[in-house]
Amino acid sequence: MKYTPIIGLEVHVELKTKSKMFCSCSADYFGKPPNTHTCPVCLGLPGALPVPNKKALEWCMMVALALNCRISEFSKFDRKNYFYPDLPKGYQISQYDLPVGINGHMKLASGNLIRIRRVHMEEDTGKLTHQTVNGAAVSLIDFNRSSVPLVEIVTEPDFHDAEDVKEYLQNLQYIVRYLEVSNADMEKGDMRLEPNISLSTDPKVLPSYKVEVKNINSFRFVEKTINFEIDRQLKLLDKGETPLQETRGWNENKGLTYSQRVKEEANDYRYFPEPDIPPMIWTDREISRLRESLPELRDEKIVRFSTEYGLPHQDADILTRDKNLANFFEETAKIGIDHNVSHRDIANTIINQKIDYEKTHPAEVVKQIVAENKLDELNPEELQRAVEKILSENQKAVTDYKSGKESVIMFLLGQTMRQLGKKVDANTVKQILIDTLK
Amino acid sequence: MSITALTIEEARNLLDTKQISSVELTQGFLDRIKKYDENLKAFLTVVEDTALTMANKADKRLKNGETTPLLGIPIALKDLFVTQGIRTTAASRVLENYVPQYDGTVVRRLKDAGAVILGKTNCDAWAHGSSGENSDFEPTKNPYNPAYVPGGSSSGSPTAVAADMCLGATGTDTGGSIRLPAGFTNTVGLKPTYGRVSRYGVIAMASSLDSIGHFTKTSSDSAMFLSVTAGKDPRDATTPEKAVPDYLKDIQKGVKGLKIGVPKEYFIKGLDSRIKIQTEQALGILERQGAKLVEISLPHTEYAIAVYYIVQTAEVSSNLARYDGTRFGHDRSHFGDEAKRRIMLGTYVLSAGYYDAYYKKAMQVRTLIKQDFEKAFDPADNGVDVIITPSSPTLPWKFGEKMADPLKMYLSDIFTVTANLAGIPGLTVPAGFIDGLPNGLQILGPHFSEELLFRVGHAFESEKAYWTEKPAL
Repeated sequence: MKYTPIIGLEVHVELKTKSKMFCSCSADYFGKPPNTHTCPVCLGLPGALPVPNKKALEWCMMVALALNCRISEFSKFDRKNYFYPDLPKGYQISQYDLPVGINGHMKLASGNLIRIRRVHMEEDTGKLTHQTVNGAAVSLIDFNRSSVPLVEIVTEPDFHDAEDVKEYLQNLQYIVRYLEVSNADMEKGDMRLEPNISLSTDPKVLPSYKVEVKNINSFRFVEKTINFEIDRQLKLLDKGETPLQETRGWNENKGLTYSQRVKEEANDYRYFPEPDIPPMIWTDREISRLRESLPELRDEKIVRFSTEYGLPHQDADILTRDKNLANFFEETAKIGIDHNVSHRDIANTIINQKIDYEKTHPAEVVKQIVAENKLDELNPEELQRAVEKILSENQKAVTDYKSGKESVIMFLLGQTMRQLGKKVDANTVKQILIDTLK
Repeated sequence: MSITALTIEEARNLLDTKQISSVELTQGFLDRIKKYDENLKAFLTVVEDTALTMANKADKRLKNGETTPLLGIPIALKDLFVTQGIRTTAASRVLENYVPQYDGTVVRRLKDAGAVILGKTNCDAWAHGSSGENSDFEPTKNPYNPAYVPGGSSSGSPTAVAADMCLGATGTDTGGSIRLPAGFTNTVGLKPTYGRVSRYGVIAMASSLDSIGHFTKTSSDSAMFLSVTAGKDPRDATTPEKAVPDYLKDIQKGVKGLKIGVPKEYFIKGLDSRIKIQTEQALGILERQGAKLVEISLPHTEYAIAVYYIVQTAEVSSNLARYDGTRFGHDRSHFGDEAKRRIMLGTYVLSAGYYDAYYKKAMQVRTLIKQDFEKAFDPADNGVDVIITPSSPTLPWKFGEKMADPLKMYLSDIFTVTANLAGIPGLTVPAGFIDGLPNGLQILGPHFSEELLFRVGHAFESEKAYWTEKPAL
């Protein structure tokens, strides 16, 4: 039997707002001493109330807009009720039936269209660590991360291989970085990935089961996870078994997924509208103001770099991986115009010499290229001598040329340039070669 | 006259004219608490030293010529209001030893205004109840007859006010927890418009219904109290940007020309006939003062209790989730029966497969109840200015009478829950006594019409000053 992998993705992106989602504590918690960024609200103390962070909501909306979502003019928060020690209120404030954005899409280079089901706003949980203190096994909890804003982006099950998933994630990372709403630093847990994977005989029909793999923090691991799961499930299916509906984890050391929780039925989170936060109504004007404030995203920049600067796609691709590098290129290109330095030379120099834009001024790059392009003094007699030497040493090439194989001239040019050992204008040398060969 | 028998208004005058000091006043109340609360059980915690320190500070501010409505006025706080450094229990064993790290907004505002905090008052645990009997500690007694309940859930606060153990006390009203006990204790109880007073730092019962109010002896006192507690709070997203008016400005304007709605759905079978008569007498007084009585209909009233016990328990089940004993307080085995009952009911109505039939439907009916009031008050539809009803269908009952039948207990809120579902304000004022037990009159108005409620309450009190009839302790 032939099976097609059916893969959907849930991605959590932590926003880099100054304050947390529902209180004024600093959201910059990474590496800070435990429980120093807390207050009654994010500790869920009796009587405390959440007040939503408008900036976070706007950023969530920008992410939704960048993913071509329809923005809900009427949106609200809901409570997702469940018990876990890292969830101080006993519920997470999230969004259920009226998320910030719905029905978006992302187009991949292959032309494959990934539909985005929803983009919503929620709060992060605290962080549990299990360790031994004074000989006793204890679980410690740090609430610094509690209530840090999270954007959750959910796709339809539109992926069929790990390659597309990887491209999608890469693009998503570029988008949030271009929007400057998240550092999307995988190592710091700014982006957490949860693929759900199943196999179907008919790519249009969802199978009866679904395997979710939770909290993966690297694109490479997602790729490995998906490929491992496809293989694992295929073996089961080939044996005539149906894989279990379950949640699994990725063990990088062993290179495999392992079962965490078998879902007998869907978890009942008892969602209901969060009564502490009034529903949000966004006006057309607010939505269009945000839409207009969206910066040029990477896809658009790649196209523009190709057309405006005549860069090969490859170069445009590299330069736009980092928005700051792209800006650096543009500044350099602007200066380069006055010094007759071509955009392509600038692109090549920045890429090949791995220019550090943080430590270099654009003008320095231009200056360097101008210096490199400066031709050495070339004595016509010296040139003539070199040409004649090369021609006499490469009789076969000369014969070929004369019999009409003109492309051989490039070989002779290269030899002559090497013989000269100087930086000279190749066109001049080529002309002399042709004249001499006549 | 003893200084503890004063109203806030009278004490204010004596403090401002330096005839008494806040320390004297505070000491007077502390002495009275010592004398009578052993029996009444209105207080769960009394903070004598803190109170005297605050009174001292208030006296200094008074000496500097400062005068604000509650400066130097001794008050009590329902034990649902979190207080930094003062044990806050919600009258539940779960929080028996819980000492909060922060003050809620109302507490902060009261402190900033110079009010003196005497202590924390008893109530039904987590504010679940209508009699005060669900306190995990001990029930508060009705000061007018200790064999009877004072009403709940705010049982200690009105008892403390009625028994002259403080000049005013805070309460919370989720389904009638201020207005019902006010009626049972011959006090004035205000449930402000939802969002008028910040809920930040008040232990939540049902967040979409909780209103933060207070008990006083008179409507003027209630107005003075609200002028301190009301207003937008950046820490409570449900408090709107709406200016706080001068609640005393028009309080003496009387009721002449006002249209008072009398909803027929509130004068039904099950209403104690003596309460019905007394309510009609009260309406007669207001009519003679120049108000016009209009019979109106609030057709969805009969569904209110059912809707309330779905929405409220749903929110309760979620709000109590944090009390797991992990970070503070005792574990869940310390929850009392009523809390457990509501957690189970609420969890059930929110469960997958039941949500649409219960919670969603209840929210739809809630909208209809809200619309009943909107229509009744709609000036474009020849609407009324205020609505007057009894605050309870029955008089205070004896301890234990309804404890075996939770449903019977739930039905005692039948006249009060509608205001919470609609978010409108309600004021209970004393309507007189029946068999020596107090009875209350409920005045309801449109959103943010507290000024008008005080005006009507004051007009009635000016003719019937029942608050001067003190309990024989």
